[in-house]
Amino acid sequence: MAGKFFFIDTTRCTACRGCQIACKQYKKHSASKTKQYGSYQNPLDLDGNTFRLVRFSEHPSKENSMVWYFFTEACRHCLKPPCKKKVDQIKKDAIIVNEFGAVLYTEKMKGLEKSSKAIKQACPWSIPNWSKEEKQMVKCNMCYDRVEAGLPTACAKACPTGALNFGDEADMKKLAQERLAAVKKKFGGRGEILDLEDVRALYLIIDEQAKYRPVA
Amino acid sequence: MTNHWIDIRNSDCILIMGSNAAENHPISMKWVGKAMDKGATLISVDPRFTRTSSKADIYAPLRSGTDIAFLGGMMNYILSNNKFHKEYAANYTNASFIVGSEFDFKDGLFAGYDPKKKKYDKSKWAFEKDGNGVPKRDLTLKDPRCVFQLMKKHYSRYTPKTVSSITGTPEKDLKKVWEPYAKTGAADKTGTIMYAMGWTQHTVGVQNIRMMAMIQLLLGNMGRPGGGVNALRGESNVQGSTDHCLLFHILPGYLKTPRASNDSLAAYNKKWTPKTSDPLSANWWGNTPKYSVSFLKSMFGEAATQENNFGYSWLPKIDDGKTYSWLDIFDEMYQGKFKGFFAWGQNPACSGANSNKTRQAMAKLDWMVNVNIFDNETASFWKGPGMKPDEIKTEVFFLPCYTSVEKEGSITNSGRWMQWRYAASKPPRGCKSDGDIMVELFEKVRELYETDGKFPEPIKNMRWDYVKDGKFDAHAIAKLVNGYFEKDATVKGKSFKKGTLVPSFAYLLDDGSTSSGNWLYCNSYTEKGNMAARREKKDPTGMGLYPEWSWCWPVNRRIIYNRASVDLNGKPWSANKNILEYKDGKWVGDVPDGGWPPMSNKEKTKRPFIMKPDGVASVFGPGRADGPLPEHYEPLECPVPKNLMSSQRMNPVAPVYGTEADAHLSCDPRFPFVGTTYRVTEHWQTGILTRWQPWLLETQPQLFVEMSNELAKLKGINNGDMCKVSSARGKVEAVAMVTGRFKPMTVQGLTVHQVGLPWCFGWIYPKDGGDSANLLTPSTGDPNTRIPETKAFMVNVEKLGKRRA
Repeated sequence: MAGKFFFIDTTRCTACRGCQIACKQYKKHSASKTKQYGSYQNPLDLDGNTFRLVRFSEHPSKENSMVWYFFTEACRHCLKPPCKKKVDQIKKDAIIVNEFGAVLYTEKMKGLEKSSKAIKQACPWSIPNWSKEEKQMVKCNMCYDRVEAGLPTACAKACPTGALNFGDEADMKKLAQERLAAVKKKFGGRGEILDLEDVRALYLIIDEQAKYRPVA
Repeated sequence: MTNHWIDIRNSDCILIMGSNAAENHPISMKWVGKAMDKGATLISVDPRFTRTSSKADIYAPLRSGTDIAFLGGMMNYILSNNKFHKEYAANYTNASFIVGSEFDFKDGLFAGYDPKKKKYDKSKWAFEKDGNGVPKRDLTLKDPRCVFQLMKKHYSRYTPKTVSSITGTPEKDLKKVWEPYAKTGAADKTGTIMYAMGWTQHTVGVQNIRMMAMIQLLLGNMGRPGGGVNALRGESNVQGSTDHCLLFHILPGYLKTPRASNDSLAAYNKKWTPKTSDPLSANWWGNTPKYSVSFLKSMFGEAATQENNFGYSWLPKIDDGKTYSWLDIFDEMYQGKFKGFFAWGQNPACSGANSNKTRQAMAKLDWMVNVNIFDNETASFWKGPGMKPDEIKTEVFFLPCYTSVEKEGSITNSGRWMQWRYAASKPPRGCKSDGDIMVELFEKVRELYETDGKFPEPIKNMRWDYVKDGKFDAHAIAKLVNGYFEKDATVKGKSFKKGTLVPSFAYLLDDGSTSSGNWLYCNSYTEKGNMAARREKKDPTGMGLYPEWSWCWPVNRRIIYNRASVDLNGKPWSANKNILEYKDGKWVGDVPDGGWPPMSNKEKTKRPFIMKPDGVASVFGPGRADGPLPEHYEPLECPVPKNLMSSQRMNPVAPVYGTEADAHLSCDPRFPFVGTTYRVTEHWQTGILTRWQPWLLETQPQLFVEMSNELAKLKGINNGDMCKVSSARGKVEAVAMVTGRFKPMTVQGLTVHQVGLPWCFGWIYPKDGGDSANLLTPSTGDPNTRIPETKAFMVNVEKLGKRRA
């Protein structure tokens, strides 16, 4: 199964947060009451209503004095999802993978509150969260209804700069390789694609991964 | 914009300065990215390392309010290293013109300064003319009195060392910016500037932009793809509202507002129609009488006749020498000189400089009407912080209206595209469109004038045939904006019947045969249809002009001054920058800026800058209030005791207001830090539209103040602490955002700290969101435009409370 992939070119992201808002808008999620914590990033992390979040990370740099990295984070839709492996031990097929490769949390996930921590920990990036409203673990569902109707995900549709791309595996992998080559040329050999063999959300970054997002 | 959004992709070097495009114009970065894919360099110059800077190849900091010094240094670099495009500069600009012997510049002042009136006598800056009245020129640019040599002398004072000492930009960073940008002086390269309110909102706002325009002209970047001077407008339709006379000094189409001394139509046309004695100058503004009469016909219809000077006496006049800008209006309102006020689609309690003064001013009114989509700090000013509702006499009427997407009409974007939009959704019950509110209001006023009222003629004779059954019709208005033949007429060998839409402004007449609400938009709605509604994706030049997508003023010309994109023989300066070419006796490509043959045809040609009386672009600008050459002056409030360039500390002709609400303190230990204001992606202007939107509010919930790690340490402030930020005029509470993206600067040997705040919050909602950053900003501004100086002022920052959980 070829399925769909995301390709996220962090070098093109300007952190407009169109993807973060488009996700909430399409899914009609309510907003949380937040505070200004001394950062542009808000909410502070993914939560029951936030399936996609742009992370802001600034670091001193020799060139231009600073770097400010933006990382739009959501479920990677793993090819072999560890969350599914974990949940299958508790309730078989509560998590399914659809024909496009979307890892979907079904209704059967309801009532697994006691296992929520274990499910979260099963994810290498701690993506899923407990939703009080849904009474189950939740995360990005790759806008499966849009995709079945031939549309891109809401987040990809909203991206103005070409940072967040969505499409068929071959197209996304081709784009990723083209951009990797261009980025390496521009940034003196720096640049890598994360987890190429394992996930359906390919990230192109030009610095240590830990400078983009907290690493467990 | 002289160019347009898509055209940014054609650039080799993009300077974003006075703008944070990634933050405030996010989609522009798509085109910046496309240029960078082809190898373009992106430069970000900003006091703060921004979202834009994060994408830039080169970043340089500067102190707010010192852009002329920064760019003056670049001009010096370009001139002293021969990086300019000589053929372009000599032929297409006034660099070769000889300046009259009365012109002088001494210690920060140009010739003709009257210290009592704080005004210049601009006649001292005139060019020397030959016996035929044509300015004298030296195309070798060697005459010591030619503009080029005067400019060279003027900017030789802006050495890297001096500039660095003023701007706080390290010398090595200055060169890092100047060198790559100056390379666009090569014929096969173009550079562009993307600027916004970071340049305009200063006491030297106009000269900031002129300085860059001069650089663009000397590098040969004007009129060319990937070049130009590109203002990123602060709202989607600011360009449109400016074109249609948002400002006090202009009527639609940039015709001048009549002054009291223009006591007849003939006097008005004589005063405001520029003349030229140069046979090579098209002097397009020479057509002013055709446009002013057509405008009067659109205002007064059949009542406007040759006999009554087309109703000229019914137009309002402004007093000579008096200004009526935002700053002036609120100054007078504060002094109790106004009875009523329409705050229409705006929130002055938060949006204008010096909000305390603005809010107090509104308390002196008898009545105010606020037309808006949500309650806001203006409509409810009387119950705002520090107000005593019992003591305020102002009666406020709030009229809820449609949003922009609930009605049909056009907007004109920064790239001058007039784009027609259909109504996307139904408005809530109880609201009205702005157009319908105006129609009802006017019809009521006219009814009152039927029985009573002084000087009823302008009201009673107002043309009203485009309003049907008391309803606003966007198509009918758009057609009148374009203009009609008001009687059968023959123009340029073509016959037109009465009632026909005028095909373009070249057909407008000054005898009352035509109407046009805005000559610049004549050609936008013709017998061929509504040009702004077109959505064809053809791109014949391959340069992204898309000539059949919407419509662009003037006459669908996508890049203005485009005849400067070719050499004297009509060939593009470089083959890779071809938007227009003279081939086999005609122009191919964009709509040319005048159809005359190229300059090598000395019999029939006209110079390319047709809107200027001399046909060339003004690197020397003798029409500005504050001098023909930009000069660095410090802001009204600054952190240094003197201006390193001269003993004129601030712009000598900038307006300074004198009420007790206008306190200002420069170099005062109580307010030691430079402050600036800006916007965030997540909120729109004062936040009226966006603060009520939960998803957006979630991302930017509260006022913050960004400051450097060093300043935070100095003041004992931790990231997330509550702070008080204060100026001589007001104070706000804000959450500290401590960041390496602001850094202390060394200015005249002193360490200068700078902080910044967004101005999208207000007390009304959310209750814990903080108030407007404009409570801090001063009422002073640019002497040409009177835009307020909200980008550079002095503040203090103190810790109020602990870091939030």
